[in-house]
Amino acid sequence: MPDLSNVIAILPELWTATGQTLAMLAIGLSAAVLIGGPLGVLLFLLGPGQSLERPALFGVLNWFVNTVRSFPFIILLVALVPFTRVIAGTSIGPVAAAVPLSFAAIPYFARLVEQNLRDVPRGVIEAAHAMGASELQIVLRVLLVEARSGLVLALTVLAISFLSYSAVAGVVGGGGIGDLAIRYGYYRFQTDVMVLTVALLIVLVQIIQFTGNRLARRLDKR
Amino acid sequence: MSTVTPIDPATRIAIRLDGVSKRFVLPNKQTLDAVRNVSLQVRAGDVFGLIGTSGAGKSTLLRLINRLEQPDGGRVFVGEREITALGKAELRLARQSMGMVFQQFNLLQNASVFDNVAFPLRIHGKRSPGDIFRRVRECLQIVGLLDKVDSYPAQLSGGQKQRVAIARALATNPEVLLCDEPTSALDSETTRSVLDTLRDINLRLGVTIVIVTHELAVVRALCKHVAVMEHGEVAEQFAVAEPSSVPRTALGRELTRQMAQADAREELDRLEAAYA
Repeated sequence: MPDLSNVIAILPELWTATGQTLAMLAIGLSAAVLIGGPLGVLLFLLGPGQSLERPALFGVLNWFVNTVRSFPFIILLVALVPFTRVIAGTSIGPVAAAVPLSFAAIPYFARLVEQNLRDVPRGVIEAAHAMGASELQIVLRVLLVEARSGLVLALTVLAISFLSYSAVAGVVGGGGIGDLAIRYGYYRFQTDVMVLTVALLIVLVQIIQFTGNRLARRLDKR
Repeated sequence: MSTVTPIDPATRIAIRLDGVSKRFVLPNKQTLDAVRNVSLQVRAGDVFGLIGTSGAGKSTLLRLINRLEQPDGGRVFVGEREITALGKAELRLARQSMGMVFQQFNLLQNASVFDNVAFPLRIHGKRSPGDIFRRVRECLQIVGLLDKVDSYPAQLSGGQKQRVAIARALATNPEVLLCDEPTSALDSETTRSVLDTLRDINLRLGVTIVIVTHELAVVRALCKHVAVMEHGEVAEQFAVAEPSSVPRTALGRELTRQMAQADAREELDRLEAAYA
């Protein structure tokens, strides 16, 4: 009979940690969808050859997205501490950690949205113009409808990336499953705890990917 | 100068182009005069063919009518309205009266046949779901695809997709229907079904049709008048059924020859039937 005392001792904390991870993901992904989504649509519409083509504005947005995305996440995490204090009132805890997570997720998702919208056939957008649709109607009734399964898969990719980013947030006391793995599994050499947390992350990733794939397939009528 | 059949002043004009031009700047900074100073009138109730070799400017000319391409010069009238004088919002409204059909159908793949046909009705608000339901079914009835109302485009054949696209173009009761190579992606069998649908719409609903095509068979089967385009200009224009006109372009001659042949064959059939 293997010694399970470490694992049993960690279970209550593991439960809290899972909640913290999910909270960080929920906040980060919401910010990505609500702010990064529209930013991605804008990036697409303002881009070369599109109906609202604005080279200067597109250049600025494009530069911003690339710049934020080029920061290693751990640097962004530390660099944003003053900003995090203003937004979350503290720089410690899962809500505080969700601020840099969101900050990184917004341009990431914006880029994924832009790329997915580029796959919508030009002719379909043109047909909507020919029927007298406004830009907003084209976004809501054409682009989002035609790209919806790709967008769900983009969100899946984002969720899985940020599940692992959230582990880094442990460094600033963000908590979460990854933080638990580092504190017990790594610093205290409790290999069994490490294995348990990694196994839990593997299960979470599988669930996210499976759900994303299924939803995308159901939405795709092409 | 082009030979233009004089139009009886009493005939209502559905589309009038006054010296329209369109120039494109190519990626290599050279310019291409796709349409040069074209003036043209299309009678109400006509089926008007625009033919020409590829690159002659026929598609561009068609797209200038609903301003999918912005003309560099000249004026465009559809009915009483000067399309070239409209602001952005007014143009969107005016486009309701100009249906358009494309070579690649351009249907929403993730929307059902019903939602595709309902699209132009929904974007122009103010219609109740009941009205939309009735109108969509009417339009699908016209193109003979009422049984496909719940299908998705991926489940339809090319000809069926194009007929759904025609139903969509008809939904807002347009005065004119602009067709850009509507049968070029179809085989000869389905081409016939699409042409029958278009002819039916012209006869029964009186919708004026402008059709761009490179297939003379389409002109023969459908058009009342035809304009031959060469290098961005209308080289000649004549009534398809009038053998008296003397065609000057290669395409015009070929079309006339084919029409004469078809006439001769018909004559032969009639004689054979009489003697049988």
